[in-house]
Amino acid sequence: MALLLKGGRVVDPAVGLDATLDIVIRDGVIAEVGEDLSIPKGETIDCAAKVVLPGLVDAHTHLREPGREDEETVESGTRAAAHGGFTAVCAMPNTDPVCDTGSGVRFLLERAEDVGVVRVHVIGAVTRGQRGEALAEIGDMRAEGAVAFSDDGHGIQTGGMARIAMDYLKAFDAVMISHAEDSSLSSGGVVNEGVISTRLGLPGWPAAAEEAMVARDIRLVELTGCRLHLAHLSTAGSIALVRDAKERGLPVTCEVTPHHLFLDEEALSGYDTNLKMNPPLRTAADREALIEAVCDGTVDCIATDHAPHALHEKELEFELAPFGTTGLETALSLVNTHLVSTEKLDWAAVARLMAHGPRAALGLPNVTLAAGSVADITIVDPEAKVEVTRDWLVGTSKNSAFLGARLLGKASDVLIGGYFALRNGKVVA
Amino acid sequence: MGYRMKAEVMDATAIDRALTRIAHEIAEANRGVDNVALAGVVTRGASMAQRLAERIERFEGVAVPVGSLDISFYRDDVATHLNPEVHRTDIPFDVEGRDVVLVDDVLYTGRTIRAAMDAIMDYGRPATIQLAVLVDRGHRELPIRADYVGKNVPTARRERVRVLLTEHDDRDGAVIYEQDGEDE
Amino acid sequence: MLSCKHILTMDDLSAADIVQILDTADSFSEVNERRIKKLPTLRGRTVVNLFLEPSTRTRTSFEIAAKRLSADGLNFTASSSATVKGESLRDTARTLSAMSCDLVVVRHKYAGAPQMLAESMDACIVNGGDGMHQHPTQALLDLFTMRSRLGRLEGLTVGIVGDIYHSRVAGSLVPALKKVGARPIVIGPPTLMPARPDVLGADVVYSLDEALPELDVAYMLRVQFERAERMPFPSNREYARFYGMNGARLAAAKPEMIVMHPGPMNRGVEISAEVADSPRSLVLDQVNAGVAVRMAVMYLLLGGAESGVAA
Repeated sequence: MALLLKGGRVVDPAVGLDATLDIVIRDGVIAEVGEDLSIPKGETIDCAAKVVLPGLVDAHTHLREPGREDEETVESGTRAAAHGGFTAVCAMPNTDPVCDTGSGVRFLLERAEDVGVVRVHVIGAVTRGQRGEALAEIGDMRAEGAVAFSDDGHGIQTGGMARIAMDYLKAFDAVMISHAEDSSLSSGGVVNEGVISTRLGLPGWPAAAEEAMVARDIRLVELTGCRLHLAHLSTAGSIALVRDAKERGLPVTCEVTPHHLFLDEEALSGYDTNLKMNPPLRTAADREALIEAVCDGTVDCIATDHAPHALHEKELEFELAPFGTTGLETALSLVNTHLVSTEKLDWAAVARLMAHGPRAALGLPNVTLAAGSVADITIVDPEAKVEVTRDWLVGTSKNSAFLGARLLGKASDVLIGGYFALRNGKVVA
Repeated sequence: MGYRMKAEVMDATAIDRALTRIAHEIAEANRGVDNVALAGVVTRGASMAQRLAERIERFEGVAVPVGSLDISFYRDDVATHLNPEVHRTDIPFDVEGRDVVLVDDVLYTGRTIRAAMDAIMDYGRPATIQLAVLVDRGHRELPIRADYVGKNVPTARRERVRVLLTEHDDRDGAVIYEQDGEDE
Repeated sequence: MLSCKHILTMDDLSAADIVQILDTADSFSEVNERRIKKLPTLRGRTVVNLFLEPSTRTRTSFEIAAKRLSADGLNFTASSSATVKGESLRDTARTLSAMSCDLVVVRHKYAGAPQMLAESMDACIVNGGDGMHQHPTQALLDLFTMRSRLGRLEGLTVGIVGDIYHSRVAGSLVPALKKVGARPIVIGPPTLMPARPDVLGADVVYSLDEALPELDVAYMLRVQFERAERMPFPSNREYARFYGMNGARLAAAKPEMIVMHPGPMNRGVEISAEVADSPRSLVLDQVNAGVAVRMAVMYLLLGGAESGVAA
């Protein structure tokens, strides 16, 4: 069956597109891109006033399956992803049990095949049980389809362990995703160390705990030659280290999250546990440095670190509540509201940060809007009005740091291999 | 809502005469003042108690002990009415076995005196508690009566009675105010 | 009446509120000298002491205060409460709400718990100490004690010495002193300082001997070893040498300087026995002031709560 996307603003910097064009899709593949196209039979989708982008990918998602299906599942998480305009998510391995074997990877890919609404890429653990003591079966996981490896959640504490992992990963041409946190420095910290930790009487998580690890991992890239992707960077100092590494030509990429871009520690006037993140919300100066780095290309991708948590756990005391906010459903709207509609970024940059950047960083097959590419496409209505409420969120958990926010712009349709995962703003079951 | 002065029911001379008479009555009723102590309810009752003590000393030659009571913590309407300014209670005599004369400016519902009696009882067990007031305006809500009264003044509930004393005000006097216009 | 419904942090109280609490406490301290130390003021009101962290001093002080005001008091302590079984704080709040209590005093191991309670129930909440955050009634009783002994608060220089980082007492005392026009200086090793003591409004000095001659009050804090992940100084001996209050330091200070301590004291560490038992130590005055100040807080929060009903 053929599909015609009519009259949208088609933006894909990877293939030099930014014009009002039509796209014809046949058999799940883009057949033709051009002006005044028509199809003899099939369906035509009016894309006037909409922006057509190569399918967005979230490089950093917690699907919680297996283990915490009460918080999110492959099904509910991928529904949330479609709702937010993503055509694929990359699932972090800190589930219960940890995804640290080939069978763990296979399980998740099979679940995705059965119930996934969008594509799921699996990230395996670097060390067994993410305990930082011994290598997990990286080769086995790679053979089963894992795309990248990470001990996300706490990071690899000792340099010796990280070095062995990075050396070994080279054999399987896989990227290491670093959760940069020296836990002897973050040491029970729950908010940024400084003004807020002092005012709220909470243990502080200093910027240095992240930056020390970023510096170490970049040095290990020089030592090992392993590709490194730095997850959820939150400080101006980390950005400076990455900028320097890139200037020196090292294979280092990085991501930042919407919550670190659009919230800072000043939001923590009280003890709202939905604002408890790891790494924590930083200072306004850090936030400005992150936005600058997003705009100047130092940052490769915006990734959500979508971290669903049960309400009864987020209702605990701030120090006891789990870290994290959901993010899949609000990321694109936040980026449009704060960066595109304010003309800090154009849609080509959004395609770079949310489609091509994450694929390149994690070594995923490229997806473009050129003829011949698989038809993974995100269609955005930049004028749509969104109010983030618990009811509006389709994911199982509602712990969004942006509850109550009024945002501009939203994905209206998501196509995966030519099939709708989201249509007119509604997730297609 | 405002209040308008309706009448001055006692002037400085009348107050002076009344206090002098009450001082004599206290001495007479108690057959001397050796066992008498005065406890004034703050703020104007306490000043009255001082004036009574001065008069008693003048003609009896005995300095009766004088204390002051803040009854804020004994009120039965703490939930709805909070006294913004609480004074320190000062009872510098042993209450046990005494004839304690409570002194207040205006006797109205009796609730203040009920609270004052409770307060005195918390200091010990007096032989008697007596009550001296400058103005009794009626409308009692409790079975309380004064032993010594400066002047009985019939009033309407909607009126207010204020006693003025030079310790706190610009002159001595007792004034009735009438509510101005509509009810609150 | 106070300008706030709850006392969660010193931020809730204006300078006028503080003066009103201290003045009211002054009246209550007279009651505490009587033979019959009981007032009918809060008859029929229910005060819950929700103490989810072990505490004898503060809990007892609030308990006596409630009893002296004739309130019905009940204690939820860590061992008797359901929170040890994993009940969330909001569930505890819902449970207490269902019992319709009027005032809840909460002591909690973690910062922010009183605020969470205040957000989930109607009762007045008084923070009885939350984590490393604040302990406002302690700061109020400290101000009361200083004012009683020194006759004023404005212009006093108060050195708060020792474990500032873990101290919720410092967390409340520093802003309280600022509000009444006194000058707080926090004194201690950098390993026991919060990240940004300037945010609280205190001057920071690392040497006790340097600050000592200026002090009107030396407020000694206990080192909270139980909260520290790593030993913040090499030894108690070394700590006492540089940060302990002893006879020699007392002699070097202003002759009218007083020594305070929120208790419990580590004699021989932050305070020598000689100083603790000297007439310049107001430790017991502080305990005594605690009851009167907490009576004042309960009276001012619960009294007049329905005001506006009658003139």
